Amino acid sequence: MSYEGWIILTGSLVGITCGLTGCFLILRRMAMLADAISHTVLLGIVGAYLVSSSLDGIYMFAGALVVGLLTAFFIQLLHSSGVQSDAAIGVVFTSLFALGVILVSLYAGRIHLDVDHALMGEIAFVPWDTLIIAGMDLGPRAVWMLGAVLIINLAVILLFYKELKICSFDPEMALAIGIPVMFMHYLLMGMLSITTVASFDSVGAILVVAMLIAPGASAYLLTDKLSIMLLLSAGIGVASAVLGYYAASMFNVSISGMMASMAGLLFVLTFFLSPKHGLVMKWFFRRSLSKGSNGLQ
Amino acid sequence: METVLNMLQDPNVQWVLLGTILLGIASGVIGSFALLRKQSLLGDAMAHAALPGICIAFLLYGAKSMSWLLIGASISGLIGTYCIQAIIKHSRIKEDTAIGLVLSVFFGFGIVLLTYIQQNGSGNQAGLDSFIFGQAAAIVGLDVQIISVIAFVLIFITFILFKELKLITFDPQFAQGIGLPIKWLNGLLMTMIVGAVVIGLQAVGVILMAAMLITPAIAARYWTERLDHMVVLAGLVGGISGIVGTLLSTLSRGMPTGPLIILAATILFLISLIFGTKKGLLPKMVKQWKVKRLVTRENVLSSLYELSETTLKESEGKEIGSYSFQQVVELRPVSTFTLLGVVKDLKKEGLLAEEQANKQLMLTEKGLELAHEIVLKNRLLDMYLMFESKFPVSNWREGSMDLLNGPKEIIDELRALLKDFGREPNGLFLYKKKRKIGNKGFHSAVEGSEG
Repeated sequence: MSYEGWIILTGSLVGITCGLTGCFLILRRMAMLADAISHTVLLGIVGAYLVSSSLDGIYMFAGALVVGLLTAFFIQLLHSSGVQSDAAIGVVFTSLFALGVILVSLYAGRIHLDVDHALMGEIAFVPWDTLIIAGMDLGPRAVWMLGAVLIINLAVILLFYKELKICSFDPEMALAIGIPVMFMHYLLMGMLSITTVASFDSVGAILVVAMLIAPGASAYLLTDKLSIMLLLSAGIGVASAVLGYYAASMFNVSISGMMASMAGLLFVLTFFLSPKHGLVMKWFFRRSLSKGSNGLQ
Repeated sequence: METVLNMLQDPNVQWVLLGTILLGIASGVIGSFALLRKQSLLGDAMAHAALPGICIAFLLYGAKSMSWLLIGASISGLIGTYCIQAIIKHSRIKEDTAIGLVLSVFFGFGIVLLTYIQQNGSGNQAGLDSFIFGQAAAIVGLDVQIISVIAFVLIFITFILFKELKLITFDPQFAQGIGLPIKWLNGLLMTMIVGAVVIGLQAVGVILMAAMLITPAIAARYWTERLDHMVVLAGLVGGISGIVGTLLSTLSRGMPTGPLIILAATILFLISLIFGTKKGLLPKMVKQWKVKRLVTRENVLSSLYELSETTLKESEGKEIGSYSFQQVVELRPVSTFTLLGVVKDLKKEGLLAEEQANKQLMLTEKGLELAHEIVLKNRLLDMYLMFESKFPVSNWREGSMDLLNGPKEIIDELRALLKDFGREPNGLFLYKKKRKIGNKGFHSAVEGSEG
């Protein structure tokens, strides 16, 4: 596949994986947890390097997973000891991220990881970092990683679709009918962590947050059904990636930044033009209502 | 220590230190309001949203001028806030999603502009991306002047409008009711948060600025329940974090100041979380432990009293009787560990005696009197709760509920009710009657029973 093709494929995989996960976060009002975990993953990667002294994908995954779950756990802990939820999120993620940045700069000479890279990602370099097994070039490492995570996420969603759905819409009911709500929470956090770490390396923390939240938010304005919302969200994620890539190559600017901007642009479009929840439709509806009442007078 | 003192003589370090202290104080003060209004993460969004503004200001002005960049940052920060509010107001998207959306999209767009400047810039753009992580070490005299002016303005406005800000924080409806310009004040507070964010951008950067607003404020919350104290304390915590972080970063080369300031603030937060006098975990535990102790103490005494009551009745007041731990625990289950401690205390106070031979517990005379009081109080309370509708609503119920020295009519009526139900605690009476017979002879005992 061409250089361009690999980048678009990587971006699309990020769009689908994040789009699917993001829907549940939005419905459960945990969007800011995406922001939190996408930052603390940095600490996980540095920690994994310090423990294993290698930058192998598996160790990165493990480190990110551990720190991601720890972030969720700490936030829960503070929240249950009386800190309001927004402040709990703010305190935990900023301090863990600060710790990560300090560790990176302490070991800057030895780690092939700088903070700018972690934040903005280098999707342009993805096609060159290929996975080679037994002398065979199997394509970019990032594509394999994202593909694996996508399959895991799809499996989790298909397996626990009903549980995830009930937990998202009615947690009390879920608790009452015996769904292990805590387990589902940490399952989702685990999904979020591996999604973040897989996307993180190629597109950076900020695009991960944008891809987690923006497509899901747009989809939420387009439909009332969870299954359709998931499909739409994945589709919008892909569209943002593709449009973002071409816009970026046109202006010669950051690809991941442009993908995030495109995701935002698509949201703005749905915000105004969505057939049911859009501002324009609402305005028409209101005008026709007031016209109707005028006619009655 | 000597290195620190040497460092302090360096005018550069002095500037940086002054800047971070002022920043810490201002953001602590403003952050208190943001925290109480549950808008902590708005600061995070504003900080991220400031990036495109910085880039656009640079593109328009064409050079790196601190004041223009800060104006650009403020404008795009405010636009970001406006977008968040518009999204929440006009769609079914909730606050956290709106914040995350604006935060990431604005920041993504900022990065696009940043790379555009890097590709096409005049070469004078160096250091623009230092806003992302902050570069406290690069703060110079002029920056400190800007930081101090803004910080002083923020603190001054808070001081002047303290009452109004307090009101819109705790009771916006009431504030509206008495005719305060709510919209205007809310806008002012937003602008103040943006102001705090903007002066923090250079020192701690976009990403960690949220912590400067949240962490000192939440740390202060553990020490006080009063807003004025909280604002002062938060400013203090922010200032101390600024000092500690800056000094630590001067100790070794290449240590980033911003994250160190945040970590210092986090440590102060953890200390407050554990030891804070108002909501801290340790004081809370001590309080709970004390209450548990008190409840167990009253339970043990009441159980022993009830057991003794039966024995006294059977023996016609001759003996109080002694009982095993088992019997006491059966009446009112308590944890063994607390029980042992409580019994030890009661023995020390002379309220309880223990027969060493078979480990039986027995109330002393003094203990019987205290236990009588407790049981009487509890039984009166039972009556009160059973017939609550009988009694006129009074302040007495709201207050201390002193059932032994309350209003006479109520107490008398409650005592009469107790008698009707046969629930009068008469163990002490039986015991005293017997003793009076023993000491003063039969006649006085008859008189006592009549009285």
